[in-house]
Amino acid sequence: MPSVKMPRHSTDTDMTPFVDIAFLILSFFIMATKFKPPEPVEIETPASVLAQKLPENNAVLITIDSANRVFFSIMSEKDKTKFDDLINEINTSQNLGLTPAEINNFRLTYAVGVPFGGLKQLLGTHPKEQAGLKQTGIPVLDSTNNQLIWWISAAKKAFAGQKGFKYLIKGDGGSKYPTFEAVISALKKNEEFKYNLVTALDDVPSGTEFEKTRYFKPKDK
Amino acid sequence: MASIDTGGGDSGHKKGPGVKKAKKLSTRVDMTPMVDLGFLLITFFVFTATMSEPTTLDLNMPKDVDDPTKKTEVKESAVLTILLGKENHVYYYEGPLEVSAEKNNFKSSTFKEIRQKIIDKKNEVKKSFNPARLTSKACEEERAAADKRGDPNWEKACEDIDFMVIIKPTPNATYKNTVDILDEMTINQVKRYAMVKVLKEEMNLVIATEGQ
Repeated sequence: MPSVKMPRHSTDTDMTPFVDIAFLILSFFIMATKFKPPEPVEIETPASVLAQKLPENNAVLITIDSANRVFFSIMSEKDKTKFDDLINEINTSQNLGLTPAEINNFRLTYAVGVPFGGLKQLLGTHPKEQAGLKQTGIPVLDSTNNQLIWWISAAKKAFAGQKGFKYLIKGDGGSKYPTFEAVISALKKNEEFKYNLVTALDDVPSGTEFEKTRYFKPKDK
Repeated sequence: MASIDTGGGDSGHKKGPGVKKAKKLSTRVDMTPMVDLGFLLITFFVFTATMSEPTTLDLNMPKDVDDPTKKTEVKESAVLTILLGKENHVYYYEGPLEVSAEKNNFKSSTFKEIRQKIIDKKNEVKKSFNPARLTSKACEEERAAADKRGDPNWEKACEDIDFMVIIKPTPNATYKNTVDILDEMTINQVKRYAMVKVLKEEMNLVIATEGQ
């Protein structure tokens, strides 16, 4: 019986479709990626059912980390002069005697988490090295020395007349309530009563009243 | 490797002098390094991508008023007070706090169970609604707003007008607890709620329950 010869197939596979898909996915991720801004501390925000978007401009961001430290920063990508206005205001009201170089450095400082006494040292450090600096947080819990009041009042002046100006509070889920209350009271002292709490998006539980409201069609009037 | 056929070799002579035969090179390119690089980049971008965009929750606080005549009045029986204790404990009581030997309305609960309690209390308030109040100004406004939103039950929108939830986080409560309970207000469409400082006697009850 003659032996059957099996035709030999090449072990080479055509990789072209594979590459096509790989680069398609790659381009998708490149476009969809938005890099996180550097944060001085890792914050794990609690979740809520509201899907309101976070503003990127004209906002004050107050961060509370898991160790109850309070950080203050402003969001003003479009108009960098707001940073200068704010720090100048703090400089004069607190008599800190900051040099122009230190004032300029504030633009690049991601967040301030030191008492006024330590501000000169923080701003004297290059922004890239600030992460290594131990920040103790802005003192808020002592109601006679709630320094956040000054920061907010300075921000209020710097952003005066801006439309849609917001106060964002970004707290870590594990931080304790008294710190949050102290932050609120600092805002209240400045006659500010509307805030936005930064949260992650959560599913709406089924069968609840809030879920029903989503199917309402607003009447045209 | 890559070399140019100059025609000087043996092969050139087979077809006679002057006839140059180009060496046939394969048009296939080895794609493996390209795929490697591609997937390396994909992995990098997958890891760095921030898929969950942060959202915000509105919080409006009232102005601190010392004048007792300007303070908000609430109907005692329609109030549900929720206290947030340590380690995600929740306590609540309906109406005024009564703790005595024969009556005790201070109860312990959890975040899972509190939703049902809020719904029950809301329905209870709705049932005891006096229809004569439908024509009051506050009621009319409430109904008009619901009608505009497109609520099919807009006529009944003001039945829970008296319902009020008072949230009292204790110093041991976390920020997450606070946000969770505020979220619960949105989920159950509680129109009136307030965050208030915990009273001394309530704090004592919480401490007694938690057993410090």
